[in-house]
Amino acid sequence: MRVDLALIAGMVAPKTRVLDIGCSDGALIDHLFRNLGCDARGLEIDMATVTLAVAHGLPVMQGDADSDLASYPDGAFDYVVLSRTLQAVEKPREVLRQMLRIGTHAIVSFPNFGHWTLRLQMLFTGRMPMTKNWSRMWYETPNIHPCTIRDFFDLCAADGYIVEEWLAADEEGARAPWRRWPALANLFGEQGLFLLRKA
Amino acid sequence: MDQTTARSETQHQSVTFAEGLTLDCGRHLGSLTIAYRTYGKLNAAKSNAILICHALTGDQYVAETNPETGKPGWWEQVVGPGRPVDTEKFFVICTNVLGGCMGTTGPRSQHDEHAGQPWGTDFPPVTINDMVRAQKRFIDHLEIGRLFAVVGGSMGGMQVLAWAALYPGQVFAAVPVAAAAYHSAQNIAFHEIGRQAIAADPDFWGGRYWEHGVTPARGLAVARMTAHITYVSEAALTRKFGRKLQDTARISALGDRFEVESYLQYQGSSFVRRFDANSYLTITRAMDLFDLSADYGGVLPSAFAGTKTRFLLVSFDSDWLFPTEQSRAIARALNHVAANVSFVEIKSDKGHDAFLLDEPDFHRTLRGFLAGCAEHAGLS
Repeated sequence: MRVDLALIAGMVAPKTRVLDIGCSDGALIDHLFRNLGCDARGLEIDMATVTLAVAHGLPVMQGDADSDLASYPDGAFDYVVLSRTLQAVEKPREVLRQMLRIGTHAIVSFPNFGHWTLRLQMLFTGRMPMTKNWSRMWYETPNIHPCTIRDFFDLCAADGYIVEEWLAADEEGARAPWRRWPALANLFGEQGLFLLRKA
Repeated sequence: MDQTTARSETQHQSVTFAEGLTLDCGRHLGSLTIAYRTYGKLNAAKSNAILICHALTGDQYVAETNPETGKPGWWEQVVGPGRPVDTEKFFVICTNVLGGCMGTTGPRSQHDEHAGQPWGTDFPPVTINDMVRAQKRFIDHLEIGRLFAVVGGSMGGMQVLAWAALYPGQVFAAVPVAAAAYHSAQNIAFHEIGRQAIAADPDFWGGRYWEHGVTPARGLAVARMTAHITYVSEAALTRKFGRKLQDTARISALGDRFEVESYLQYQGSSFVRRFDANSYLTITRAMDLFDLSADYGGVLPSAFAGTKTRFLLVSFDSDWLFPTEQSRAIARALNHVAANVSFVEIKSDKGHDAFLLDEPDFHRTLRGFLAGCAEHAGLS
């Protein structure tokens, strides 16, 4: 399993109900079911990927974060996971609100647009940065809502979400040692990973 | 008592329940006969049973040569040894639906009040729920407490949904394929053309055609031809026939001209040999009456409140009779009650009929879903 998924799995308590939005091939929900006894389900936008996941016996439905979360009842899940997808949804704030409506916890990871390499590129080239994480031109990138770790802290504060746990990670998902200093994490962390709940 | 009923044409394996069945319309059928076929072995715990529900013109011969037509079973690609519904692992049951003409009580059965006569058009209107209650009676007879899965396409999918709503504790997994929670106005309209064609046939005799030794074959064939167009996509018809001519030497205004015409005529004529017109009227009406949410105050999610059943919804992108949006609406209703639901739309240009045809993605999906459910049910 991808290292960043292992980090997410580490935030989930055993035997809980989990919805993984943008679950791809379902590696995380498979892990959560087999190793933690969770009732884990997936939502995935790409139909071919959904078909693969269901063919592997995983409960996955085709749908998308922007339009399908509204159909779930309040508190249906203990955790709602959105990994590396927040920056690509149409209404990130609304998606986050829905996640914390249908789940008691939200686990969110996103690529950090405040990373120093991006800042330097922007400063020296005067153009939209291009890196491994941000590899498509501005006019065709699916990442329409980039944000930084500090931006995300601000949104949580504005909408009254409590950050129970957070960490910065490098591209491969290994935990980076910036746990105590958001400003440093924002400069050196390639991804942010947050465990939230409502106040 | 189990028996094999003797019909004029074929003998069908069946069981008769002397207590009959009370229908949604309020009337009571004095006796209920269920014709059925089973495949594979029921395990000691009786926990590996899968009920297959057939579509409008299907029957109980899912996975073996059909004794009336001599053709392969209608779902042999899906049900059988090593198939997605693997008869080496599962005990597979299929019954002919209530109102059908392959041995289960229907318009061709003996009239309750007029001995020696068939019901004909006197047969009471039945609903999808009635069909499911009749199946439930048979499953109880087999002393199967909980079905591992109920699987069906089209009208079979409607029955799957009704099973999940009526008997949630007795269905571990439900697979409605190319189905809908209600029959749309467009679907009802096409059915009405078929019914009108049958009624307009001079050989219909107000539904008492047996008294005259005929069948309304022309009308039933036109009904089938119309329906058949709705089962396929425009792309599939174009791919198969395009504008190809049947016989360029014989072009005339009224004779066969395009290949698609003779194909449709073949579909119609082969159908009338195996299907009873009054059954067609009864079953199309049952489909038209289907609206699952109507029994739950118009709120579809209420039909599934508290369900523990695991669902797999499958649609096909070129199906315009039971389009993907219908399956998605069911998926969303299931989300409303936080049910366990998988949902896929399979890419195919074969239209509604795709569920009956060779669709590897569909078959892989169904196989995987059942395997996953078997694991959760402690079957594997």
